[in-house]
Amino acid sequence: MVLSTTAESDESIDSCMFASRYMQTPLPRFRLPETSIPKDAAYQIIHDELMLDGNPRLNLATFVTTWMEPECDKLMMSAINKNYVDMDEYPVTTELQNRCVNIIARLFHAEVEDGKQAVGCATVGSSEAIMLAGLAFKRKWQNKRKAEGKPYDKPNIVTGSNVQVCWEKFARYFEVELKEVKLREGYYVMDPKKAAEMVDENTICVCAILGSTYNGEFEDVKMLNDLLVQKNKETGWDTSIHVDAASGGFIAPFIYPDLEWDFRLPLVRSINVSGHKYGLVYAGVGWVVWRSKQDLPEELIFHINYLGADQPTFTLNFSKGASQIIGQYYQLIRLGFEGYKLIMENCSANAKYLTEILEKTGRFSILSKEVGVPVVAFSLKDKNLEHDEYEISDHLRKFGWIVPAYTMAPDAQHITLLRVVVREDFSRALAERLAQNIEMVLQELEALHPKILITEDDNVEANGNYKEAGRQARHPDSVDKTKGIC
Amino acid sequence: MVLSRATDSDGSIHSTFASRYVQESLPRFQMPERSIPKDAAYQIISDELMLDGNPRLNLASFVTTWMEPECDKLIMQAINKNYVDMDEYPVTTELQNRCVNIIANLFNAPLSNEEEAVGVGTVGSSEAIMLAGLAFKRKWQNKRKAEGKPYDKPNIVTGANVQVCWEKFARYFEVELKEVKLRKDYYIMDPVKAVEMVDENTICVAAILGSTYNGEFEDVKLLNDLLLQKNKETGWDTPIHVDAASGGFIAPFLYPDLEWDFRLPLVKSINVSGHKYGLVYAGIGWVIWRAKQDLPEELIFHINYLGADQPTFTLNFSKGASQIIAQYYQLIRLGFEGYRNIMSNCAANAKALADGLVRTGRFDILSKEVGVPLVAFSLKDNSKHDEYEIADHLRRYGWIVPAYTMAPDAQQVTLLRVVVREDFNRSLAERLVRDIEKVLHELDALPSKLVTEVTASLVESHPELKEVKDIDIDSTKLNSCHVFNEVLNSQKAVKAWKKFVAQKANRVC
Repeated sequence: MVLSTTAESDESIDSCMFASRYMQTPLPRFRLPETSIPKDAAYQIIHDELMLDGNPRLNLATFVTTWMEPECDKLMMSAINKNYVDMDEYPVTTELQNRCVNIIARLFHAEVEDGKQAVGCATVGSSEAIMLAGLAFKRKWQNKRKAEGKPYDKPNIVTGSNVQVCWEKFARYFEVELKEVKLREGYYVMDPKKAAEMVDENTICVCAILGSTYNGEFEDVKMLNDLLVQKNKETGWDTSIHVDAASGGFIAPFIYPDLEWDFRLPLVRSINVSGHKYGLVYAGVGWVVWRSKQDLPEELIFHINYLGADQPTFTLNFSKGASQIIGQYYQLIRLGFEGYKLIMENCSANAKYLTEILEKTGRFSILSKEVGVPVVAFSLKDKNLEHDEYEISDHLRKFGWIVPAYTMAPDAQHITLLRVVVREDFSRALAERLAQNIEMVLQELEALHPKILITEDDNVEANGNYKEAGRQARHPDSVDKTKGIC
Repeated sequence: MVLSRATDSDGSIHSTFASRYVQESLPRFQMPERSIPKDAAYQIISDELMLDGNPRLNLASFVTTWMEPECDKLIMQAINKNYVDMDEYPVTTELQNRCVNIIANLFNAPLSNEEEAVGVGTVGSSEAIMLAGLAFKRKWQNKRKAEGKPYDKPNIVTGANVQVCWEKFARYFEVELKEVKLRKDYYIMDPVKAVEMVDENTICVAAILGSTYNGEFEDVKLLNDLLLQKNKETGWDTPIHVDAASGGFIAPFLYPDLEWDFRLPLVKSINVSGHKYGLVYAGIGWVIWRAKQDLPEELIFHINYLGADQPTFTLNFSKGASQIIAQYYQLIRLGFEGYRNIMSNCAANAKALADGLVRTGRFDILSKEVGVPLVAFSLKDNSKHDEYEIADHLRRYGWIVPAYTMAPDAQQVTLLRVVVREDFNRSLAERLVRDIEKVLHELDALPSKLVTEVTASLVESHPELKEVKDIDIDSTKLNSCHVFNEVLNSQKAVKAWKKFVAQKANRVC
């Protein structure tokens, strides 16, 4: 009798994906697997794991854009295999970047004549933009001190303690001292007077934020400018200003055009803005513009021979995708001034609406201002409640919302708050739903017993400050900037 | 009579090319006042972009230009995720950590079985190199401070063939760049010379696995051995960084016995570009450190992530999550055998291309067989026409093949370079050889560049020559002519100056 064995049927022909053995085998997490797997299997496995990521559009923690028009998605997908830095090979893409720089520079009233190229470049985000701007200030200051025969080994930069973590990165990596103006209760941005006081001969620049990440407020750049002009006159120093307009740069020109914060103020030398925040592009593009050529020391610029012409470049990253730059250009021409204005007005109105509903509950105080980035920052009125903002944040997750809770920057770190960022795609209907869910959460929490047990612990005081102790245990104070909100 | 005027019909009804939007020129410097319909915006930009080069015919770039449609789908779905939101996207963060571990183990990092590797995803090798360099700089500074010695003049030793990002690192982070010069027929860093240049201020020596000029691998093992010797003699602790931007995803698959990675004790960090032979689109790189102690703690930022600590060390903050997911897709989709098959194919196609070029009898091959799959070649005789002209003429056929000069001190050598990527198949290679042969024929028929220039300048200074239809210049006769010599010399001077300037700025990358 002849025994024959049938060959195992080819998996790829007959099995449906979830019948195949690929769904059973755990993927190695630390080592490269020996063999290949079919592309459908690879797609399915990864896609399924990613289902457990948060939904980007319900992520109310982030300023970064989470929705673009399908036409733009199409453009971006077709550009995904273009390496933006190959200027020779992709001259149109390079031209689009230059146009964006010019448009944004003029939006900020840069000192550039008609038809002339503005000084600026595209970056991967505001972090890179800030590092480039900081480098320019540092080098300019060093050159000036060398020429004066003075020591130049201790540069410092003056900011509010509410700055985003990238400023601390800049300070740490580029060996500049960070001098922070502390906040105080009720005043959650940098105080221009205190900032001007802190300026000394080693200060390379003062950084003002247009749109604090904590509560969306705009810092008073005009007052800072005037105070610094005064101080510069008295001391003979030439301390200038950098405006971190990461979120505010695409808000202020449209809804607060009379607010003087940009190059209209003489001491403002450079501005950065995130294209991927209210520039309305997906994550991965930022812009930095300088007032004029002399604000960017020539020795920092690399000259690439591009189509026989000189293309100056100043970036930290080299190869990167071209998609987001094309996306930014799409938005600028698709929306134009009126389009951006309408969108920002909508965001502002939705933020106001959410603010009003929250105030009506009677349980929250609002820490964000009306003039600023459309963000609603709120904290519980009653601090002696048995539950805090962190618990509200946790419970909101159950409904699908991601709303971060955090402490204010020093010296106001006893204040905890929640923050909802109102992006382009956060409609009034979503705002209503969020408010409803917050009320439901409050009711849920009241029905629960407090989570903390009273113990003989050192932290517990006689009048039952167990809530504070518990909060400390679960969420240590964010005194260290590295744990800050972003 | 009542006159009524028909209102302009709604612009959105018109077909895009009938609408007024394609007639008006877009402002280039100023934000337009009004919005335009999205179809118009799409069409206008898409049409302008038609004039960009075709990424897949761009033979100048190492960067990946094709991925499977399934991966494209994953990338598009993740395009609205901001990678840095670790709290909100824990799975994406986990995928990044897995990639770091997989790559670290591929480079034989000395890790125990379940130990987490030290490394991070970056936007590209530039960021990766800056992070690695920062780590070396800080470590060296701390050591010098502890020894009570001056720490204000750090330097780094590399070959002159390094990619421009090393010069950026040096310039921006105030480190001196000490370059080992190349020489004719030796186009990479000489380990012996490199070690001689090391002094007490050297923060590290950077070796390249896959020189951008000709794809060659530098001899990291020899460098390691020589440096060990020198460290013993001097008591310094100079480490090595390997810039494996292109070679990092080649060597483990094609040359597994080549010792270049953490198997060598002095190698402390390695960078590799995910978007080169990692087979992902532009925008992803990886840097791996040997062990925790090679990354000074003070550089690391700790983010509170899901209640646990997530250490991060990057220059960029917000960025898209797509490329990281795509890298993970490639690692699990292809596995070791998949990468090996692809790299073998690339190497075979590169060899076929090199053989085809050798058969024409007109070229020398400057790339080695062991290395990154690229073909660097130069004309045996470039007196009449040079490599730049070949590059220009090839563009007419659609190919983008860069021509450039070698790094100092071999800058008299000009060459062309074709990078063989995953999607450059054998038939494209054969077509390229045929097109190069056509170009050579074309150029042979043309008068030499120099003669053309001389003729032009002669005509310029003697307009009556314009009437002469046929200037048949016999160069042997003209050599004795004074006027000709004068013009000839000035043309030569201009040409040399142009080349000098171009070579400085004409970074091949």
